[in-house]
Amino acid sequence: MSWIELRKIKKSYSGSPAVRELNLKIEDRQFVTLLGPSGCGKTTTLRVIAGLEEPDSGEIIVDGKILFSREKGIFVPPEKRKLGLIFQSYALWPHMTVRKNISLALEEMHLAREKIDGIIKEVLEKVQLTEYIDRYPSELSGGQQQRVAVARMIAAEPSIFLMDEPLSNLDAMLRVDMRTELKRLHHELGATTVYVTHDQVEALTLSDRIAVMEKGILKQVGTPEEIYKKPADLFVARFVGSPRINSIEGKLVSESGNYFFKKGDIKRKINKKVESIILDLKVNSLIATIRPEDIDVSQREREGWTKADVYSVLPAGSETILSVKKDEIDLSVKVNGFTDIRMNDTVWIYIDPFKMNYYDPRSGKLILDVGLQRK
Amino acid sequence: MNEAVRAKSTIITKLKYQLIRIRYRTDILLSLIFIVIFSFLVLFPLVKIIVNSLTYQDYDLRLVRNARLGAFTGYHYIRVFASSLSYSIFIKPFINSLLVGFGVTIVAMILGSLLAWVIVRTDIPWKRFFDSVIVIPYMMPSWVIALAWLIIFKNDRIAGEKGMFSYFFGITPPDWFSYGLFPIIVCLGLHYYSYSYLLISGALKTVNSELEEAGFIAGLKKSTVLRKITFPIVLPALGSSFVLTFTRSMGTFGTPALLGLPVRFFNLPTRIYASINSNNTGDAYVLALVLVVLAGITIYINSRIVGVRKSFVTMAGKGFRNRPNALGVWRYPLAFLIIFFLIIVFLLPLLLLLWDTFLLYPGDYSISNLTTHFWVGKSNFKIASGEPGIFRNPGIWNGVWNSVRLGVLAALINGFLGLFIGYAVVRNRGTRLSKSLEAVSFAPYVFPSIAMGAIYLGMFARPFGPIPALYGTFTLLVLIVVVKNMPFSSRSGISAMLQIDKSLEESAGIQGIPWFKRFRKIIFPLTASGFLSGMILTFITAMRELSLIILLVTPNTRVLTTMIFAYEDQEEIQHANGVTIILITLIVLANFIVRKFFGNKGLTGLKET
Ligand SMILES: Nc1ncnc2c1ncn2[C@@H]1O[C@H](COP(=O)(O)OP(=O)(O)OP(=O)(O)O)[C@@H](O)[C@H]1O
Ligand SMILES: [Mg+2]
Repeated sequence: MSWIELRKIKKSYSGSPAVRELNLKIEDRQFVTLLGPSGCGKTTTLRVIAGLEEPDSGEIIVDGKILFSREKGIFVPPEKRKLGLIFQSYALWPHMTVRKNISLALEEMHLAREKIDGIIKEVLEKVQLTEYIDRYPSELSGGQQQRVAVARMIAAEPSIFLMDEPLSNLDAMLRVDMRTELKRLHHELGATTVYVTHDQVEALTLSDRIAVMEKGILKQVGTPEEIYKKPADLFVARFVGSPRINSIEGKLVSESGNYFFKKGDIKRKINKKVESIILDLKVNSLIATIRPEDIDVSQREREGWTKADVYSVLPAGSETILSVKKDEIDLSVKVNGFTDIRMNDTVWIYIDPFKMNYYDPRSGKLILDVGLQRK
Repeated sequence: MNEAVRAKSTIITKLKYQLIRIRYRTDILLSLIFIVIFSFLVLFPLVKIIVNSLTYQDYDLRLVRNARLGAFTGYHYIRVFASSLSYSIFIKPFINSLLVGFGVTIVAMILGSLLAWVIVRTDIPWKRFFDSVIVIPYMMPSWVIALAWLIIFKNDRIAGEKGMFSYFFGITPPDWFSYGLFPIIVCLGLHYYSYSYLLISGALKTVNSELEEAGFIAGLKKSTVLRKITFPIVLPALGSSFVLTFTRSMGTFGTPALLGLPVRFFNLPTRIYASINSNNTGDAYVLALVLVVLAGITIYINSRIVGVRKSFVTMAGKGFRNRPNALGVWRYPLAFLIIFFLIIVFLLPLLLLLWDTFLLYPGDYSISNLTTHFWVGKSNFKIASGEPGIFRNPGIWNGVWNSVRLGVLAALINGFLGLFIGYAVVRNRGTRLSKSLEAVSFAPYVFPSIAMGAIYLGMFARPFGPIPALYGTFTLLVLIVVVKNMPFSSRSGISAMLQIDKSLEESAGIQGIPWFKRFRKIIFPLTASGFLSGMILTFITAMRELSLIILLVTPNTRVLTTMIFAYEDQEEIQHANGVTIILITLIVLANFIVRKFFGNKGLTGLKET
């Protein structure tokens, strides 16, 4: 049982803010990812939870107990927070063997020698490193070191795991394998986990919930599906998903009592039910977004489809990314497998109006979600 | 009303927060403790000496009518700077100090940079060997060469017997050659070249591997690369080796005392020494302040050139990945020239000192004059006022014990303090607390040794606050050596701490391991090698320390260096030389033992300072 609540956390380094007024609640046993570009304050937030940094203001509450509050004069040091933390560098002690790395904290708990040996054996089995027990960290590969760090963390049985980009030092293949293992581990042990990454794929694959940050501000918290399908603003929309989401800036036009989003040949009717929301905003232009996989493409002309030119073709095995040009608009289109469309071909594309999201061009905030309307 | 109550309660919670948090921040606690202690040991003495220089002292009562002890007066300043005595008290010694400073710096820098260039930048054979032995003179006290000079070039016009030169060639060297400015500059130059060498070779090594090659690849001519890339990069090292050598040689005591005092050639440190010896503490304090100010100015200039930090720590070399300049036929002749140079500055002085200890009467090099009396002889009142031979001399054994004790204690205390200070500074990096701690631990660097000795003499002669009168105790020697070495040991502590990532400690903290155990099990083992080389450095420095403690030793607390100085003063040359041999043997032996047991860390450790 461990839930974490961050209330109005602010932290700045010599005047420049790293985290601004962060509010975040993490439920028990959840796997929550802090996602965002470099320098957005993810590590700072994690270190604040761990107690390694003291925020300028705000409160940290775990299981209803206040761990930090300047205003109330409360500070529980990292030593007493009973957390596990994996650093990006793993922070294994280079002068100690794997066994000693794991046992150091256990000795501090005054457990019997046999008990400690038992725990070491058990956690090393869990990470499949039993035969490396007497190696020094420098004698292990990057992936093995990472697993030692995991073993060291789980040996002390903390109820909260904190991980700061634990996979970023591994090569691409290993990273995918370790993702599977971390997910399995979380499932088995059920510890509340806060995971920091700048890799949106990692966030989408691992998390129960994702918290997207930008420049110290929490932009959106939601399930991977929510984050992917209904990004709360243009930043989140563009940060999550690869290739990047298409965004089209167009006019809001009215024709015979109906409202349309219009950009060149692309014209999409806006659902009656949300017309009033848009009209309330008093804008005359909108930004529409559409994921590359939500655009259909055909080599033959079709009724209601838009003509476009193929600018580049980038096959990647399971999919091919086309970049097409329509007037001055560039669009990425994702098609399955390989295709015989070639550069400079002419194609016809279809943008599914139900999969488009509309954003307020002034604030960048999501203003209309057609997918939601359809439900 | 309500407002006031609320304001008060927020202050209380703020205070409560700080108190709770600081309990777990050992780095902050350490910083606070050290700042308090060092302010007391460094800044307070400075204040004290300023106050003393502005009030009447015991000695003045006899000179000034109706002077009251402790009353405010500008008397000392007038006497030193603007009276008929100024010339001999201040101006002459000041000019001499400057002359010594400039002369030594020029000699040392020419030698040091030539050697650095040849050893780093050419294809001279035995590079590694040269690079490691060239700094050996650093292990010897700076005045050993002066002792050897006296053996060779002493003349009989001042006192005692003629030197070796006179004996073999029948020519008596003139006074200016035997004593005073000229030999002081030569002898100190032959010692201080090692500082310039370390700084400049360090800089040269870093240039070569990276930037010069980039210049060549970009198609620059050799001379252009030298002018546009090499020189600017070496310039800060040249600048700081100039400033540092200048500061040190200006404030040096041993050599000017040995070679200057017989002809009444005073520089500021020997003048301070003479004033203290004649109980005229007022003059001494004013002159000590002059030295502090001068050192402060040069360090300021230096920090403007390179920044305090860099001026102090030599950049570690990265091996010799460069295109060496071909010396052609000069390769071996030049190598032999360097060997010859090393013999002159290192081997020859020691052999001369050793030889001299076997002469019954100094200056007589005939076979019949050889004796082992000064090593193993029993007390004989006809020789050396009855001082027994060195191996039978309890006074000297006591000195050996004191020197070793001083070296080991200072090394241990400085080693640990340096580590803790390094920890406190690095963990708080960027905060005002960390900067203040760094500054106060660096402050003793500004005090020239003799001035610091004078200050401590004044400060600890009487009980002081919670501290009893320490004058005459061994503790005082340890204290002053520890404080004076603080800049070096905190520096090496800081650089050792910078080597280890803070996440190594944080990950232990998260796991609930308390601070002391984290320090013992993680930080200490990982910084041990830096710790060890820092300790060896302190040991060497403490063993060869003279000017710092000469004002503070009493017969019971005599160490080898002060005994050497006393023997020399009493014309008991063989004893002086013999004890010097013992001192150097001890230093070399200790260095050797440490290297043997703790890996090849001994001499290489020298390069870090
Ligand atoms: N110890 C520090 N001192 C000063 N500034 C810091 C410190 N730590 C972080 N910052 C600043 O705070 C901001 C947030 O840093 P943080 O490390 O949290 O970013 P991040 O999201 O983890 O980035 P990355 O993905 O690159 O690790 C950055 O602008 C960084 O420069
Ligand atoms: Mg980070």
